[in-house]
Amino acid sequence: MSLLRYESQVRPALVHGDKSYHQITEDICRPVETKPSRLWWIGFIISVALLIFGIISVTTEVIYGVGQWNLNKTVGWGWDITNFVWWVGIGHAGTLISAILLLFRQGWRTGVNRAAEAMTIFAVMCAGQFPVWHMGRVWDAFFVLPYPNTRGPLWVNFNSPLLWDVFAISTYFTVSLLFWYSGLLPDLATLRDRAKLKWRKMFYGVASFGWTGSTKHWQRHEALSLVLAGLSTPLVLSVHTIVSFDFATSVVPGWHTTIFPPYFVAGAIFSGFAMVQTLLVVTRKVLGLQEYITIEHVEVMNKVIVLTGSIVGIAYLTELFISWYGASPYENFAFMQNRVNLFSPYGWSYWIMMFCNVASPQVFWSRKMRRNLTVTFFMSILINIGMWFERFVIIVTSIYRDYLPSAWSTYYTPTIWEVGFYLGTFGLFFTCFFLFAKYFPVIAVAEIKHILKRSGDNFKEKMDVIENESTEQFAEEQLHEH
Amino acid sequence: MGVKKFVVGNFYDEAVLFPAVKKTRRAGYKIHDVFTPFPIHGLDKAMGLRDTSLHTAGFIYGISGTTLAVGFITWALSIDWQLNFGGKPYFALPAWIPIAFELTVLFAAVGMVLTFCYLCQLAPFVKKDHFNPRSTDDTFVMAVECTEKTNETEAISFLQSVGAQDVQVMYRETGWWIGRYDRDTIRFSKKVEAAN
Repeated sequence: MSLLRYESQVRPALVHGDKSYHQITEDICRPVETKPSRLWWIGFIISVALLIFGIISVTTEVIYGVGQWNLNKTVGWGWDITNFVWWVGIGHAGTLISAILLLFRQGWRTGVNRAAEAMTIFAVMCAGQFPVWHMGRVWDAFFVLPYPNTRGPLWVNFNSPLLWDVFAISTYFTVSLLFWYSGLLPDLATLRDRAKLKWRKMFYGVASFGWTGSTKHWQRHEALSLVLAGLSTPLVLSVHTIVSFDFATSVVPGWHTTIFPPYFVAGAIFSGFAMVQTLLVVTRKVLGLQEYITIEHVEVMNKVIVLTGSIVGIAYLTELFISWYGASPYENFAFMQNRVNLFSPYGWSYWIMMFCNVASPQVFWSRKMRRNLTVTFFMSILINIGMWFERFVIIVTSIYRDYLPSAWSTYYTPTIWEVGFYLGTFGLFFTCFFLFAKYFPVIAVAEIKHILKRSGDNFKEKMDVIENESTEQFAEEQLHEH
Repeated sequence: MGVKKFVVGNFYDEAVLFPAVKKTRRAGYKIHDVFTPFPIHGLDKAMGLRDTSLHTAGFIYGISGTTLAVGFITWALSIDWQLNFGGKPYFALPAWIPIAFELTVLFAAVGMVLTFCYLCQLAPFVKKDHFNPRSTDDTFVMAVECTEKTNETEAISFLQSVGAQDVQVMYRETGWWIGRYDRDTIRFSKKVEAAN
């Protein structure tokens, strides 16, 4: 029995400290069951304030129209779509961690998956705001849905990448939400059964759907998680691929690139992991969960960051090379003049992107840096900035000077309402995250218990005996056990 | 939903639980259920439960999603209202792959979750009893159902012999009812004299 749980000593323990099942429940449920700290309140109030500012900005835009933003004839997609792609990208890490790493049987995902999935859902919620409010006449937003209408019925254009996006983002949001919530059910039941207060018992009672932990239910739950992971894996890759199609299928120089799908997906994972780091480095400290979100977790994610950051770097260089090698004067102009030329109006943004996304993550080749929390936090912020600039570079520098010089726009700068809308989505994101961290277990309790006897510190010590055993003896025992 | 009598034993280690489940089955007792705080691989096999066919259901939902997407788009764009998009054919199948794929995933996921909730009878405001609230924390709870043939005292001593602790006889209503967990005093949907 115990041999089935064997894990090599080479792998670091994923749960530190002397833990039992009950101790895990206690540790993870504590933040939910105690009063929030002052730090929580400060963060929460700032987030709500930002959210309110965002609502005001959006209201202004709805009343006066998209003209409130500084978009112009050539730069029709400015901050708005930049922010959309940025948030969607951030929303990729959660499902990657919970789905792809589940299929790859990566034990370390259990410490971070719940929070990362929550982050995914909130990020996609933020992302969805941008195209919707960009429509201007937002009350007609339902026109994007194929429903029998009095205009013919005239159907939506199923051949258009923008419509693919509608389906991709809404499917992604729904599936992520289902995946996240079905995983939460057992943990909500744990909270319910521990609850002393009446309202808490009622709230978690309703939220846990009457989960009991019956063996049959667990069996179905496992099957469900596995199939949802299998479905989410191609889904998560498809979503950013389709977002990249918004650009790649057009004929705008700088967008018309076949490399976009893999390059966007790598970039999405890169920025998503950076955001996970930003949140978890703080969360583990504030909620005292250092024994579950260990330095090993941080290190592994930094490895993913250096890998995807380098993929993104290769993609940037490939684009540059092809724009030169392809010898299309328009492509060449878009890359060499609008971007690489530091002295062109937006040249600075290209070099910020290059520095933040390609040069700076290389520090993570050093193990010492990967395991340094301050460096990790600082880098995660830097990468988020860099990835925002990547989208800004792709969108704005490609369209502000296109084929017709007479149509070249004046320098595009956003208005306060455009910026306010962006800040407002930060408010939405962090308001949701703060509420999540207060009312839901930020770590998957049941999944941590599942790996405890294999990867827990106190249990791994006992494995030494097995490791020192001779192969013959091991084989002998195996033979007699059955 | 009648009220039934159960002999309930608690385990604190899955290494004890596994052989206990096997022995209890071999001894001919009817295991109502084993409640665990986390999934234990192989316990379903030990209890003799058959594999779930939730995957098959998921596959069928997925296929229906694909069919619906391809069928509907074909009808809308190549039959109902033909529009010329850049001179491409009306039946532009490659351009429909993304939406067909998304709907496959959407249908499979939503369908499976709903089926899962239906099979496990999970929904908001559903209340179920699982004998020991610690079973969502650190205790593995085995409930043996008492039939006419079961000798209560024998069952208790048997469970103790296979390693169960705090073995008790409990009356519980099986299944679920609409209720709230903050009303613990209401144990049964109907007032049953035999219950106490």
